[in-house]
Amino acid sequence: MTLAEKILARASGRARVEPHEIVVADVDLAMSHENADLVRKAFLEIGVPRVWDPEKIVIIFDHRIPAESEKTAATHKAVREFVAQQGIRHFYDVGRGGICHQVLAENGHVQPGMVVVGTDSHTTTHGAFGAFATGIGATEMAGVWVEGKLWFKVPSTIRIEVEGAFAPWVSAKDLILYIIGKLGAAGADYRAVEFDGSAIRRMTIASRMVLSNLSMEMGAKVAFTPVMEIAPDAGARYEKTLHINLDYDIPEPQIACPHSVDNVRPVSALSDVPVHQAVLGSCTNGRLEDLEAAASILAGRRVHPHTRLIIVPASQRIFLEAMRLGYIEKLIEAGAIVDPPGCGPCVGVHQGILAAGEVCISSTNRNFIGRMGSKDSFVYLASPAVVAASAVAGRIVHPEIVMAKENSHV
Amino acid sequence: MSDASPLLRGRVAAVLGSNVDTDVIYPGRYLNITDREKTAEHLFELAHPEIRSKLRPGDFIVAAANFGCGSSREQAAAALKFSGCGAVIAASFARIFFRNAINLGLPALVSSSAHIECREGDELEIDLAAGVIRNLSRNLSLAAAPLDPRAIELIRSGGLIPYLKARYASSAALG
Ligand code: SF4
Repeated sequence: MTLAEKILARASGRARVEPHEIVVADVDLAMSHENADLVRKAFLEIGVPRVWDPEKIVIIFDHRIPAESEKTAATHKAVREFVAQQGIRHFYDVGRGGICHQVLAENGHVQPGMVVVGTDSHTTTHGAFGAFATGIGATEMAGVWVEGKLWFKVPSTIRIEVEGAFAPWVSAKDLILYIIGKLGAAGADYRAVEFDGSAIRRMTIASRMVLSNLSMEMGAKVAFTPVMEIAPDAGARYEKTLHINLDYDIPEPQIACPHSVDNVRPVSALSDVPVHQAVLGSCTNGRLEDLEAAASILAGRRVHPHTRLIIVPASQRIFLEAMRLGYIEKLIEAGAIVDPPGCGPCVGVHQGILAAGEVCISSTNRNFIGRMGSKDSFVYLASPAVVAASAVAGRIVHPEIVMAKENSHV
Repeated sequence: MSDASPLLRGRVAAVLGSNVDTDVIYPGRYLNITDREKTAEHLFELAHPEIRSKLRPGDFIVAAANFGCGSSREQAAAALKFSGCGAVIAASFARIFFRNAINLGLPALVSSSAHIECREGDELEIDLAAGVIRNLSRNLSLAAAPLDPRAIELIRSGGLIPYLKARYASSAALG
């Protein structure tokens, strides 16, 4: 069996399961962010007095922190009261956590082999820890809070094997953008994805999380990278297998152009795209290694006068660590502004909204129309290194161009 | 609850392309609206604001592949339902949107040809259980995937909340 099949078989008490079968699985962990308020309302409507297991529910505020409006403040307040009343201990309030997927991982809530559901589409991130982790809606989550179970159609699996070594300034983000460009925005709809191969096994956990996180943007239900504790069987059946060699296939950084994540081109194919805003953050690329890459480029350089650079550490812990390591100092000296850890401008409600006609280069994961502000703005998705280099150049560039020059503007 | 196959009748309010994402259906800036009915005010607000004014109760939205891709926001399905949309018919759906729609009692039907064979204003009659779409304006019968009986049961109940509510009310009465 594949990893997805193995985990669903275990969770539904079956010896084995086949793709397209429907199983009812026990949920090991149920995560929500601010939309816990929608879940709460649906839960109260159902009329059951207590949640099935308060220890298995985690709630993390991240999308609108600190509250940007009175409406959000009221939502936060209602969830705080509910959490106290139901005895939900795993609650990360403003200033105690950061982006839900980072906080869930950092605090060891996810273990290999678990069934994890979250009211956020990028819950696929936790496939990097060997969990069958997927996004669901708020009403469905209310059902989980009542019953602790959920039906799943067993997905077929696409296997992606990656060999070779990253070229300079090429990273996990470029690899997954390349794959999404090849497979398309619906290329893994309803499927599980298993990443493996020597290049994946050499990657840091943070980089593996990038792959599992962005697999959602090609429709994946779950996306695994290898772990020690659980592995697919030798005879596992795959719908298809993709082979990628980093040496030949991805010689340079990849960019997802407006307005879809699968509109991917190598950076050399873009000609002179001026950038008004650069954003480094999100559950995709707001981790320590991302801030380190940006700091290494911005050290001793300045953000272009026509560009603003917004940094959003993915969690309080990452923020603190980046401060101790001196990354934040370098970024601020270069002219960046630092938003509080959380979703920041990625969700398009605060902390860096775009005006009509503006162009943003961003390390986030979506470039849909209006995602970060005006419907007439343009979002290009790229790696942290490209975001930082483009902030210096004031246009989208390969980091090697910026690094070749000693100082200031390119 | 009747066992008759659920038949829906209405007009096509819009025919859309592929990858209609949830930011297009319901912009992120309105995610702090948690009253389901109120979400209808912002349906397609940034990209296709005209659809909302054209949509009459029971009307259908027809689209090509991967409708509802992107965020897990349930407001996308809620905004359609509370704008009076009778069903969404698409060549395929993103999985979270599909589950959200059914859980809210909004029929979502897969048909590979509807976006090719239907035009705005066409009268349709759709049979969810049999998986048949009749385009009455063009005298065509189009194949669709029959909706899973579990999904039909949820739609008949008005969605997951009324379904679970009834179930737990009767188990409390028994217990
Ligand atoms: S950082 Fe962006 S993509 Fe990630 S959970 Fe927050 S809003 Fe969603």
